[in-house]
Amino acid sequence: MKKSLGGWLALMAFALALVPWHQQEAGFFAGRWLSADWSDKKDAASALFLMLKHGQAVLWPLVGLVAAATAALLAPFSRRARGLLFIAVGVAGIAYLLVLGFRPGWLGLGPQVGLGYGALLVAAGFLFLLTGGCALLGACRGDMFVTGMIGLIIALISLFVIMPVGHVLAKAFVDPEGLFSVGSWFGRMTDQRTWGLNCVFGGGRCGVAWNTLYLAAATATCCMLLGLCFALVVTRTGFRWKGSLRALTLLPIITPPFVIGLALILLLGRNGALTTLVAHWFGVAPGRWVYGFFGVWLSQVLAYTPIAFMVLIGVVEGVSPSVEEASQTLGASRWQTLWRVSLPLMKPGLANAFLVTFIESMADFGNPMVLGGSYSVLSTEIYFAIVGAQTDEGRAASLGLILLSFAVIAFLLQRRWLGNKSYATVTGKADNGQHVALSPLFARVITTVVVIWTSFTIVIYGMVLSGGFVHQWGRDNSFTLRHYINAFGIDFGQHGINWTGTAWSSFFTSMTIAGIAAPLTATLGMMTAWLLVRQKFALKSLFEFGTMMCFAVPGTVIGVSYILAYNVPPIELTGTGLILILCFVFRNMPTGLRGGIAAMSQLDKSLDEASTMLRASSFTTARRIIFPLLKPAITTALVYSFVRSITSISAIIFLVSAKYDMATSYIIGLVENGQYGTAIAYSSMLIVVMLSCVIGVQKLVGRRRLRRQDRVLNDLDKPSIPVKPILQKEAI
Amino acid sequence: MNHAAHPGVENAASNAKANDISLVFDQVTKKYGRVVAVDNVSFSIPRGSLVTLVGPSGCGKTTTLRMIAGLEAVTEGRILLNGENVTHQSAIERDVSMVFQSYALFPHMTVLENVAYGLTVGGLPTREANQRALDGLSLVGLADYGPRLPSELSGGQQQRVAVARALVLEPQVLLLDEPLSNLDTKLRRHVRDEIRGIQLKLNLTAVYVTHDQEEAMAVSDQIIVMNKQRIAQHGTPRDLFETPADEFVADFICNANLVSGEAQRHEAGRSECVIGGVTVIVPDRKARRGDVRIAVRPDAIRLTGETDNQPLCGEIVYASFLGTEMQYTLQTPLGELFVRSSDVFNTYPLGRRVGIGFADHGLAIVGGNA
Repeated sequence: MKKSLGGWLALMAFALALVPWHQQEAGFFAGRWLSADWSDKKDAASALFLMLKHGQAVLWPLVGLVAAATAALLAPFSRRARGLLFIAVGVAGIAYLLVLGFRPGWLGLGPQVGLGYGALLVAAGFLFLLTGGCALLGACRGDMFVTGMIGLIIALISLFVIMPVGHVLAKAFVDPEGLFSVGSWFGRMTDQRTWGLNCVFGGGRCGVAWNTLYLAAATATCCMLLGLCFALVVTRTGFRWKGSLRALTLLPIITPPFVIGLALILLLGRNGALTTLVAHWFGVAPGRWVYGFFGVWLSQVLAYTPIAFMVLIGVVEGVSPSVEEASQTLGASRWQTLWRVSLPLMKPGLANAFLVTFIESMADFGNPMVLGGSYSVLSTEIYFAIVGAQTDEGRAASLGLILLSFAVIAFLLQRRWLGNKSYATVTGKADNGQHVALSPLFARVITTVVVIWTSFTIVIYGMVLSGGFVHQWGRDNSFTLRHYINAFGIDFGQHGINWTGTAWSSFFTSMTIAGIAAPLTATLGMMTAWLLVRQKFALKSLFEFGTMMCFAVPGTVIGVSYILAYNVPPIELTGTGLILILCFVFRNMPTGLRGGIAAMSQLDKSLDEASTMLRASSFTTARRIIFPLLKPAITTALVYSFVRSITSISAIIFLVSAKYDMATSYIIGLVENGQYGTAIAYSSMLIVVMLSCVIGVQKLVGRRRLRRQDRVLNDLDKPSIPVKPILQKEAI
Repeated sequence: MNHAAHPGVENAASNAKANDISLVFDQVTKKYGRVVAVDNVSFSIPRGSLVTLVGPSGCGKTTTLRMIAGLEAVTEGRILLNGENVTHQSAIERDVSMVFQSYALFPHMTVLENVAYGLTVGGLPTREANQRALDGLSLVGLADYGPRLPSELSGGQQQRVAVARALVLEPQVLLLDEPLSNLDTKLRRHVRDEIRGIQLKLNLTAVYVTHDQEEAMAVSDQIIVMNKQRIAQHGTPRDLFETPADEFVADFICNANLVSGEAQRHEAGRSECVIGGVTVIVPDRKARRGDVRIAVRPDAIRLTGETDNQPLCGEIVYASFLGTEMQYTLQTPLGELFVRSSDVFNTYPLGRRVGIGFADHGLAIVGGNA
């Protein structure tokens, strides 16, 4: 305990003396600060040099605090006194750094400069002194690793979720002159463009808020019904290709969301395959009717039905067969059993499916972007308010605020609904009996619906995969490799391989950034899961609620908030690769978190305790007991967060820069330029790569594991799943 | 008796440095929010003895054990281990080991790796750790099982591995949390005797949690009976059996019948009581008078076929033959009485009226006015 606190103090001293205090223009890892003359170059200097050579006396208190903590560590204080002192030093240090960063004027400092790694290390040091002090006072049973992890996660979430969202809140209050104004906030929040009801009363368009809600409700209703049909067909009919239906659930994971929209354009656009056919046969003039509400709705239903299916299959399977058998023995017909017993039991699942797809639809950026036409929704409006002809950060912020409150309300509703009314009658263990078959007529109807919808999906994906091999859809349908060569051309020159294709740069950037983000996401997710499942600490339920809440923030809002928050000191990240990595980590953490929570609930808690009783530290326990036993879950979390990073668009569209362009934003750019062929070629390439990633991992960790992972996704927002803590022997 | 059964905690706490006291619980309270899990509990445990915490589920016995282990934080009060205040130390810093109800063997490690785990984590070189782990395994008679996985062992063997794993660290105090509850009845006795044997051989201080009073009687030097988050009684098995402190202990430990009687005369720690017209001599240091509650152990009731001239009679309403004894339920003026009789040859059929008498031992006053 003394050792690690001493280590942090040494690190802080080192950071103060030898690490550049401010952000480095050329990047920290470029290392140019190493060769700079610190007495001369103020920007490259460490805190010590700033104080001695550049007269920055405001930094001295930090040195004083570190010295005080060191004295407390070395002096023969009691445990309690030492703990209190560390807490005091930690709080004071963090508070002082916050003032230094956010309100330098209070200290009489001039214009701000972004803080660098020196400041970061010192801040981390203060944080761990604070948590270490709490542990010394007996918090978390005196476990410094646990208090440290809790502190770290709270700090990260505050810095990278709460602070940016707070910036959005604040920006919405700022009027065009840059002054705080409730009036301008009120004006923006009640804007006619947002809330107008002209489409109902007197002609014209409705506000974007209504558009968004209407679209989300339509999408969610349809997805929920289709998802229920799929789930019923798979569990309660003799349909032959059930297995392949389950494979459908993979699609939304590996597909960038806007690809469906692209495919719809190829099929139903002005030059679309179907449009051309219909025009040819019936002489109907091709129109742009697919652009607008209908197109977006159709593409979203196509994209999100598998998600609803995924949520519902668990619920439909979860209705105990014995309940249905009981209903039948009491003389109910199949139809009555379904209508009066099974469906009511599925209600929470249906509500969950509705809300999940509702949230997805609201947060969707890609499809409205590609297909929306003049039908605008909140996410696209936010984007255009930032990058459009007249940049209006205030408007973007207030629209973001509206979108955020919609998402949060939906999220809270979902939690409330599921929190109290879980009717799942099976605990996951074998239950005797068989699900009652559906009445033949009903079974035939829903099977037909499912077959039609599946064929439609297959056609869509067929369009995506084949679209890249055609010169120009509708005009010149001859085979070509032009688009692929354009995007992924390779030259074998004198100096080895030349990546001549235009897509390579963004492709590699995507891979690298996602590759860096994935392990961080998985680690953070697993750690948070471990804290939530295994540790008891004050305000844990608040911590849990907070983490879950953060994940309800739609991607567009995250994107806007990141550029608003990290464009200015003390943390300047705009245009860096780091901002993309951070964005992915905090966007995808729920995947790792949910997987971790489910997997960890399966591990008997006494395993950790046994390790603790054998005097292994929490860190050792995590490393030698929990990690090896959770390997499959961790691998899965890694791959899923990687894949999700590659396919996401809504947040990163705001954050990409010329240097760090991502695959999805590059494709959106291609679409905007009308280069559909290359866009489609690139998209299908991504789908193939992602598919091989997922399949590879399935092979690696075994099918059973992945099926369990599917279960995990079913339990989308039930953080505390009461899974019996049984470690199955055969699973090891 | 009851008073003496609580070893003076004040003294014990101040003399904890004295070599004979290993563990002291000093007015410890544990709360979860507003729910009290352990309410102002004090006791001390002599070095080299095995003390059992026994009580119904939810009485706070496991929480007490986990507070000793450092797996639960103490809300109020303090815990001394060899005179050192460990109340705010983490589990890692305390010199105690624990055997878990579910064994908690690490499924991805071999038996030997499991036993060596605590040693290697503590920084011992692998070779030395393995040697000591082997010694530990021989102690529980499993020296040949080192390379196997825990899942390849039977339940009893797994529990012995868990014991070996806890013992190789040579802890000041060994904690056992219902170590036998996952074993079947026959194996339970065997492993129980083995644990007691090792404890005596190594002169270990051990705290043992169980809900089974027979198990507690069989292994313990001292028993702490807990009820409703407090200590109901602390004493040797014989103390508890012969002079239960209250109705709860009488019922829980001795499975005794509770009847009303009248204490008439008190002399030299014994009272003359009348139960349903029968006069008996019952030990009672508190010299209680008047209406009292008396615990009558099932084996302290004597039945005779004679009903004439018997002041107390009853009717057999239930009888069962258990091989070595008979169990009867009687309907009497005192209420229902549960009787165990070692006479399996002369049995009474259902509906038969019998005369009721009491043995010299097996009765105790458990309530009344002093």
